Amino acid sequence: MSEQFEPVIVGFLCNWCSYRAADLAGTARIKYAPNMRPIRVMCTARIEPQFVLKALREGADGVLIAGCHPGECHYVEGNIKALRRHTLLKQMLRQFGVEEERVQIVWASASEGRMLAEAVDRMTEQVRALGPLRWKQTVLSGNGSVELAAAGHQEEVTLPEAEEV
Amino acid sequence: MSEKVGVYVCHCGTNIAGKVAVEEVAEWAGKQPNVEIARDYKFMCSSLGQELIEEDIKDKGLTRVVVAACSPHMHEKTFRTACQRAGLNPFLFEMANIREHDSWTTDDNDAATHKAKALVRGAIDRVVHHQPLEPLPVEINSNTLIVGGGIAGISAALELADAGYHVYMVEREPSIGGHMAQLDKTFPTLDCSACILTPKMVDVGQHDNITLLSYSEVEEVDGYLGNFTVTVRKKARYVNEELCTGCGICVEKCPKKVVDNVFEAGVGMRKVIYTPFPQAVPKYPVIDTENCTYFIRGKCKACQIFCPTDAIDFEQEDEMVKFQVGNVILATGYQLFDVSRIPRYGYGRLANVFTSLEFERLVNASGPTSGKVVLRDMETAPKSVAIVHCVGSRDQNYHEYCSKVCCMYSLKFAHLIHERLPDAQVYNFYIDVRTPGKGYEEFYHRLLDEDTNFIRGRVAEITDVPRTPEEEGKLIVQAEDTLLMLQRRIPVDMVILSPAMEAYSDSREVSQLFKMGCDFEGFFIERHPKLDPVATMTEGIFIAGACQGPKDIPDSVAQGAAAAARVASLIARGTVMMEPVRASIDEDKCCGCRLCNELCPYNAIEFHEDRKVSEVITALCQGCGACVATCPSEAITGAHFTKQQVMSEIEGILWDMITEPVAAPEPVEA
Repeated sequence: MSEQFEPVIVGFLCNWCSYRAADLAGTARIKYAPNMRPIRVMCTARIEPQFVLKALREGADGVLIAGCHPGECHYVEGNIKALRRHTLLKQMLRQFGVEEERVQIVWASASEGRMLAEAVDRMTEQVRALGPLRWKQTVLSGNGSVELAAAGHQEEVTLPEAEEV
Repeated sequence: MSEKVGVYVCHCGTNIAGKVAVEEVAEWAGKQPNVEIARDYKFMCSSLGQELIEEDIKDKGLTRVVVAACSPHMHEKTFRTACQRAGLNPFLFEMANIREHDSWTTDDNDAATHKAKALVRGAIDRVVHHQPLEPLPVEINSNTLIVGGGIAGISAALELADAGYHVYMVEREPSIGGHMAQLDKTFPTLDCSACILTPKMVDVGQHDNITLLSYSEVEEVDGYLGNFTVTVRKKARYVNEELCTGCGICVEKCPKKVVDNVFEAGVGMRKVIYTPFPQAVPKYPVIDTENCTYFIRGKCKACQIFCPTDAIDFEQEDEMVKFQVGNVILATGYQLFDVSRIPRYGYGRLANVFTSLEFERLVNASGPTSGKVVLRDMETAPKSVAIVHCVGSRDQNYHEYCSKVCCMYSLKFAHLIHERLPDAQVYNFYIDVRTPGKGYEEFYHRLLDEDTNFIRGRVAEITDVPRTPEEEGKLIVQAEDTLLMLQRRIPVDMVILSPAMEAYSDSREVSQLFKMGCDFEGFFIERHPKLDPVATMTEGIFIAGACQGPKDIPDSVAQGAAAAARVASLIARGTVMMEPVRASIDEDKCCGCRLCNELCPYNAIEFHEDRKVSEVITALCQGCGACVATCPSEAITGAHFTKQQVMSEIEGILWDMITEPVAAPEPVEA
């Protein structure tokens, strides 16, 4: 495999902080990985877990959720609601065999273009190292095991037991 | 459903076309489902570009429009208006951000083009599901809240009040005036600061259209543009304002004096019942309960005994005042950097190291020394003075930014020392002398002629440990003179530190109270750094003066007036149109679980006990969508961010990823 794997990440950016952080990164001509494709939402609280699942199912290798810092939400505490949903969703994704790094939540205020760019770069590298998600094999026919297709070889990883709730 | 979508790809000169193959993207877009026509054009935002859209809507019967250009925060409104002019509902438009989010962020032309296609396809797939929406009319209450009674707030208040609109001014200190009231002279004209400020303070105090709430703080803000409900805590002064005439007998008779750390910056004293300065507005004194003998030991009452109008009221309590305003101007100002954070400069340890504000009080004719420049012993005049620029500013350890005003006031100090002590030597230690402004550079040249010693070099240390007999008993300022390439040790009697202007330590709490943003340093964020410097991301909240960033007096005055003009324009309109991005509940689907009721940060969802369903109060809804994502029966729709719209955008943005259909149950969609 001579060609490097380029992951595709869907970014859900909140209108007030992170979308503007991405705007600022552009205005300041900060260069970062072109792998993140942004979708604007008014607030991270609007992001239904189904949006994340939809993106992964449609072929994304990762999903980045970016909102205002805790305490700075334009809608008081929508970001906290998003964080709670993300915590629950993470547990479910683990049971699906989707690695934790593939769905991340970060905070970037409107003045933190550089921070958002760095988060995208970092996540792109993490997901690149994991390899393509391959939803169909991983989640639909994985039978409790994750198939990782990183660096040209496949390796079997046993899923952690589902936690007792 | 068959929609006719028009796609317009902007070159933005070379800003986009330099990285993204715009012709290729446009040609490709023309082949996407539902697309009727796709074009590329040099500048879509130009009137010719907009006309292109308008003509296509009319001639080709377009029902949806996508523009791939800059950020929607830049030009969404422009293109929505163009659609509207051609008779298309403005919400049947979508923007793909291929400049800020694409061409400007990568050097890889192929990757940029590929990403542009994904963003365009996302917008196409989303826009076909858009629904026509009508903006919501909102009435604007003509009252305005101004927080902060410094020069920026005063200038905003007078503009609005003179225009005939009512203003509530809330000031935390017992008097308005802010930092400007503490200064001696203003650069570069050397006007007496108090002489130009106090008439304006009096105007505020006497204006029929201004309700002045001094010694008060905003506790709570509810509502939205046009209709804010504000709760203010009016702290107990222990003086009945209706009876007090401001005669000052109470202050005169009060037997106790304490150091005044606020107005006199710690170099002067004040009584325990006090007005901060003689020209204070309002004129009513305040009792400092922490130091008052009566409040400590229950005895004294000298002020009460001597008050000719029985205005002293020891039983007074904090009062909550509630009122309605349509707009808010925040002019909360700045604080000075705490110079003791740089221990090698010796402030607090070496008596004759002063801060700029302390020196302002010393040199002020109405200050504690009646304008005599003296050392901390309050009698000896210094024979030599060092002024240190950039203390805590232009320093990566503290504040990276330039504080803008310090060079000018440091030059002013040098001039005032020459004036008061003609024989004294003055040394200005600077990194660069920055004097942009009308008449500022000329003032610098005047100082060069006044024999001020300018030494270019950041001060390394201020010490009282002598190395030579001449340094005995002096403060030694050590710095590398970067012009002479020499280490220099200058023995002086007095050192003045010029600290950075910084955001108030509680500015973050203030920004949360008003639900708007502040940056990493704590300064409030303007809507646009170039084109919208006094508005904020939150409709109806404006900012003015040094709370937005370091600023001198003329800039603060200009911003105050600018913010007032913005507010006046909203009030004059009477009714403004708000984005209809709001939630609504389908009563037939609502199961009455009430999950959304508690989740709404604005209490905008009402539960009808009789019908067991919830309903959104549209006027209160701000459109965050938290309830939409939560509703288990999918009864809530978030206008312009519906599930179908977002889901379709996800599909579109990943148009190139689907290699084989994946069998998974589709979410139920109405």
